[in-house]
Amino acid sequence: MQEHESAILHCTGEAVFINDMPVSENLLIGHVIYSKHAHAKILEIDFSDAVKLKGVHSILSYKEIPGINQMGPIIHDELCMVENEVTSIGQAILLIAADSKEIAIEAEKLIEIKYEPLEAILSIESAIEKYNLLAPKRKIERGNLQKGFEDSAHIIEGTLKTGAQEHWYLETQICLCIPGEGNEIKAYSSTQHPSETQAIIAEVLGISSKDVEVEVKRIGGAFGGKETEANHIAAWCALLCNATKRPVKIHLFRDDDQIITGKRHRFLSKYKVGFNDEGIINAYSVELNSDAGSATDLSMAILERAMLHADNSYFIPNIKIIGRAYKTNMPSNVAMRGFGGPQAIAVIETAIDKIARYLKMDSAEIRYKNFYKIENNNISPYGQCIENNRLFILFDKLIKSSDYIKRREEINEFNKSNEFYKKGMAITPVKFGISFTTSFLNQAGALVNIYKDGTVLVNHGGTEMGQGLNTKILKITSKELGIKLVKIKVNATNTSKIPNTSATAASSGSDLNGMAVKNAIETIKSRLSEFVVDEFRKKYEGICSKKHNIKFENNFVYDIKIPERKISFNELISNAYLNQISLSSTGYYKTPNIGFDREKGQGKPFHYFAYGMAVSEVIVDTLTGYNKILRTDILHDAGDTLNKGIDKGQVIGGFIQGTGWVTTEDIKWDSDGHLLNHSPDTYKIPTIQDIPEDFRIELLEGYPNENTIRKSKAVGEPPLMLAFSVWLAIKDAISAVGNHEFEPDFSLPATNEVILLSIEKIRKLQKEPA
Amino acid sequence: MAILNLSINKKKYSVDVDPSTPLLWVIRDTIGLKGTKFGCGEGFCGCCTVHINGEAAFSCSTAVKDAVNKEITTLEGMQEKPLRKIIDAWLEQEVSQCGYCQPGQIMSAASLLLKNPKPTDDQIETAMTGNLCRCGTYTRIKKAIHKVIAEGGIK
Repeated sequence: MQEHESAILHCTGEAVFINDMPVSENLLIGHVIYSKHAHAKILEIDFSDAVKLKGVHSILSYKEIPGINQMGPIIHDELCMVENEVTSIGQAILLIAADSKEIAIEAEKLIEIKYEPLEAILSIESAIEKYNLLAPKRKIERGNLQKGFEDSAHIIEGTLKTGAQEHWYLETQICLCIPGEGNEIKAYSSTQHPSETQAIIAEVLGISSKDVEVEVKRIGGAFGGKETEANHIAAWCALLCNATKRPVKIHLFRDDDQIITGKRHRFLSKYKVGFNDEGIINAYSVELNSDAGSATDLSMAILERAMLHADNSYFIPNIKIIGRAYKTNMPSNVAMRGFGGPQAIAVIETAIDKIARYLKMDSAEIRYKNFYKIENNNISPYGQCIENNRLFILFDKLIKSSDYIKRREEINEFNKSNEFYKKGMAITPVKFGISFTTSFLNQAGALVNIYKDGTVLVNHGGTEMGQGLNTKILKITSKELGIKLVKIKVNATNTSKIPNTSATAASSGSDLNGMAVKNAIETIKSRLSEFVVDEFRKKYEGICSKKHNIKFENNFVYDIKIPERKISFNELISNAYLNQISLSSTGYYKTPNIGFDREKGQGKPFHYFAYGMAVSEVIVDTLTGYNKILRTDILHDAGDTLNKGIDKGQVIGGFIQGTGWVTTEDIKWDSDGHLLNHSPDTYKIPTIQDIPEDFRIELLEGYPNENTIRKSKAVGEPPLMLAFSVWLAIKDAISAVGNHEFEPDFSLPATNEVILLSIEKIRKLQKEPA
Repeated sequence: MAILNLSINKKKYSVDVDPSTPLLWVIRDTIGLKGTKFGCGEGFCGCCTVHINGEAAFSCSTAVKDAVNKEITTLEGMQEKPLRKIIDAWLEQEVSQCGYCQPGQIMSAASLLLKNPKPTDDQIETAMTGNLCRCGTYTRIKKAIHKVIAEGGIK
């Protein structure tokens, strides 16, 4: 067991989050005045009284931005501060720096903003009706769809709505900026993407990146919500810091955080599936329509990942995937764990679930029959070969270990003998592509310093947000250098140490940064091996040691052919220093052989796939819609795990976060686009009472990955999609109300209300004469 | 503003603050104990949990004046055995991920175990349901609490 490197600090209260950092008396508190209208012209802003309030040091509008008024990450279509028109609620209009939050709030009350409301697009349905596309549609296709449907004995069509999801990191968005000499500024930001935060601060301040230093020690949860959103808070904080030349901190209140920041994209998807009597899919057409919100942000990349996961784990010979992102007047939606994958997988899993009910077969059987095969039928719609397919191994093991067949019979018996409680069960797979689909982002840097006392400081470009990246980096360093963990420390992520990093996202943190660290260590080891060979030559007679035979292990460095030739790591380091050997190196890594042609919708976007499977059993109270997960069995593929405790923690956590999205996390807006549930009293994420009563999680063992750091696999996002087993188990229980003779109405999240309405409809259908 | 006398982790403090100030701000900003976190400010997430006379309380929604002349315990006051056993169980069960909610989780668990040395699963869930964790560490929290119970509790 190697626990999380910060575990002791977390549990004693010594772990320093940004809000815990010691600050000078000089600190000012930043406060954001944001738009209260979804779409409106700004007629007048009057802050003349507010600025006179004692304790208010600065009030800024877009006019005071010294650089460019822009904070969009890739497409530069998102203003840092509103100019004459607001296009969603939550956009920054003014920034206040004051002695305290209380004074800033008092100042806000003295500000008058006059709006002229304009027509707003607040739902994906109205965006589709107006065809308000964000960017041209995307397409991936294979085979002959029309013929595919003609050749299919059965066709099912449908529409599926999947809801938004709030990230609900426990540490709300925060940034602390400290002015330096001249143009210099240092930002402590809770960001998943320090280099982009650096670039955007530089842009808005009209300075260059060399003068902006961004540091991230640890993040109190992110889940994609701090991949681009953190840039906004940092940019606002930097503007106030620059204007006042004093340290400024912005730490959003929970309600403001939920109102201002984007969510997981809502999707409205249409699908048509053609299949034969056996349930084998011959043709599938899907239109994925997403609500991008008011700006591009990462919406196109999210849509792309959705399209690349429309197949989930299934081989479909004739397929057409259309993706459209629509611009609306909602806060710009952003990355969230799964990054579009969950929204598309929900659709194909729904189609399969319907096929099963239509053919009166078990959905497990339909899934199994349609899995990608090993030897043939193993090419994805976008042309990537599905190598190292783990689907059959996972399925066979899980069906057995979960006792699926016996429990299915027991559930059928239970449902026959219980009128008001119904049970349901489902097995669902996930196949998740690992790599940024924007290929150039698949790069990382590291800087490893060995000090004269033999201790090691590792810098890398990834951010630690609870996922255990730094713990994994420690292990990689320990294994590569053959020294104990206590001699190694991972430094806070800092843009002055590692430049031009990619976001810690796409589950790729340890894949990319782990390799970069390894490469840095290889460089130092090469120098040390050369040196030690020379030392051995001076010390020992006979044949010379060879550089490639030098091994670093158990705090010693030795010749594997002549093991008595050895030196302690510490002694070697000390001698190497005295002999002018450099003990520091950068490392760099880029994922090999990947690329994706967006125009053609073809290529090899992913380095590999991570797989997982889950069986969940639920019970539903058909009079209230109340439901409970009775048991979940998960078998997940993390390759040769870098840390079993951490990887299982990710599987559990991802699954639980997924169950929230598919059950209780229902985001509501009023008819003017105001978020109605902007605090935990009305927005319900899973609590300790919502976890499965019986929860069995295993990692697939004995299946190492190829060509990755220590044969491991990424594990951050894929388990979230295992929550579809819960979602479809609930649907199975609803279906049992009508003896599986009627297709239940269903959407995501399946709140108690959705469940109850669906059950009522089935009961009505049952009463209708045939 | 008023001078208020507080006892935190058995140490006496005299603070000059507005009596309606949330206890959380006084603990964090006036006294400087940073282990207790701000999560929602509304008493719904549990990050700010402390003990007031042994009872778990949300310090973000407790006015400092209501904690005067009472014994306040924060995570920093949990470092000695037997209370420390909770932290040790947390480490052994590898509970923490991002770590931000864990101070509150530990304080709620401690309050439960002080009152009820052998809680059932249902009692654990009821006592801990006010402490949210978005990393989803709940299964391990339950295991850690059971571990403390198995080792004789914290009394």
